[in-house]
Amino acid sequence: MNPITIALIALVAFFAGMEGILDEWQFHQPLVACTLIGLVSGHLAEGIMLGGSLQLIALGWANIGAAVAPDAALASVASAIIMVLALSDSSVDVTNAINTSIALAVPLSVAGLFLTMIVRTLAIPVVHAMDAAADRADFAGVERWQVMAIAMQGVRIAIPAAALCFVPAEAVTSALNAMPAWLSGGMAVGGGMVAAVGYAMVINMMATPEVWPFFVLGFVLAALSQLTLIALGAIGVCLALIYLGLKEVAASGGGARTGSGDPLGDILDNY
Amino acid sequence: MADKKIELTRQDRLAVAWRHQFLQGSWNYERMQNGGWCYAMIPAIKRLYSSKEDQAAALKRHMEFYNTQPYVSAPVIGVALALEEERANGIAIDDVTIQGVKVGMMGPLAGVGDPVFWFTIRPILGALGATLALSGNIVGPLLFFVAWNAIRLAFLWYTQEFGYRVGTEITKDLSGGLLGKITSGASILGMFIIGALVNRWVSISFTPVVSTVAQQEGAYIDWEALPAGVEGIKSALEQFAALGPTGLNMDKVTTLQSNFDQLIPGLAALLLTLLCCRLLKKNVSPIAIILALFAVGVVARVIGLM
Repeated sequence: MNPITIALIALVAFFAGMEGILDEWQFHQPLVACTLIGLVSGHLAEGIMLGGSLQLIALGWANIGAAVAPDAALASVASAIIMVLALSDSSVDVTNAINTSIALAVPLSVAGLFLTMIVRTLAIPVVHAMDAAADRADFAGVERWQVMAIAMQGVRIAIPAAALCFVPAEAVTSALNAMPAWLSGGMAVGGGMVAAVGYAMVINMMATPEVWPFFVLGFVLAALSQLTLIALGAIGVCLALIYLGLKEVAASGGGARTGSGDPLGDILDNY
Repeated sequence: MADKKIELTRQDRLAVAWRHQFLQGSWNYERMQNGGWCYAMIPAIKRLYSSKEDQAAALKRHMEFYNTQPYVSAPVIGVALALEEERANGIAIDDVTIQGVKVGMMGPLAGVGDPVFWFTIRPILGALGATLALSGNIVGPLLFFVAWNAIRLAFLWYTQEFGYRVGTEITKDLSGGLLGKITSGASILGMFIIGALVNRWVSISFTPVVSTVAQQEGAYIDWEALPAGVEGIKSALEQFAALGPTGLNMDKVTTLQSNFDQLIPGLAALLLTLLCCRLLKKNVSPIAIILALFAVGVVARVIGLM
């Protein structure tokens, strides 16, 4: 890789690391990070595909309270770099490179988790320095330390990313080529199934008896391959609107209007 | 007194909203989001207090413990701005009140923000974008990035303004029905789309051959009998269009998968997803499940099942 590419990759990694803690612009999400790494390294389409696959795995990863989720930033940046290194040799199959990168992403996300825990501990002395600056009404001091802390989170990903760039591409490709067919084929099979875990997480978060029928509807309608995702999305929006509308009618009409609108019911009730 | 009322300008509030995006930057195990909160309040403190002592007191007041979901923190900072403005104009609002309002709001709001943003909107947009991206389509990442940030920025600004306007009234307003309706509408749409995606994008294919039947003459393309040259290609394509994929070979091969597909395509994907739901509910780590699935994939490939 040439120096400009490496610098750009380090920059993308820095943004991903920042966002890994800030959770605002989502530069750390695989869909964005892998696409950007692909863009700066000239493998845009492959980057997008890898990002899509990893995003499905990472759907339910979220920082809640003081708990830290598996780190999407390192997982997406490092596995995208490994994929790019592998692709620099044309003898490596694209799907093979993507599948292997996906398999590596999970252990990487755990490694990233440890790194962010270290940085979050290092941030304690930083806020103490901010306390001291606040005592002196030193606005610039508070700001400087805040920027420092954010930069620490960026560097957390940028350094491993830059280091990975210096691994010779031959090492990665020869490792990939040495992989027996049953292993890479098996990983592809596993990769096809892994998306189920991400979907399962989302289902567990949203599922109530009330919304399960909508899941079944979606599943069954998707078997019609002529329906595009946009069409399915439109059907979903309509179902939600219709359902909520009817529910409101039922709620407002149920209690108040006794004895009207249902003559047969009235007769039966009064019988 | 009235002619000298100090007010935060729209510019100040915009500056606070911008800085509020860095709320979690100095997240630490001691007081969590306190540094980022203080950093966000600086433009307001600069406007409201002119003496060194007041400024230092305000900065220290906003270095206290704080932690919530970073977006629903926007109405909290809006309320804090309103309180600080009152205080700067001489109304008796003590440190305890300000800290109390922050802590009182952050818990319930995190309870709303986590499920709505992390578990509803992001997974839906992420799944949609990822699904488009799987085929290398740039629209996937763009859709996710643009839609997410449009929602996020609008939410940050408008709820901060809302908090600023209604001041301490905000906590009462949260019990209103609109938020609940949005949440349940989003989860209906979410479940519907997830159902569709499970069918489309969890790919499981069982390869064992169940039966191999020799087809009748005319049910397959007789390659030997085709005319030579371009005519032959044309004829083959015409026959293929009429006969479908089973017309390619003399023998009709039925795999286990094609039998399953006659029940409903994607059944195995559905069962696997439901199994994952069960396992996750039993607190099996998602990482363990993912690794196990790769192992299953390798084994299934070796024995020729998938």
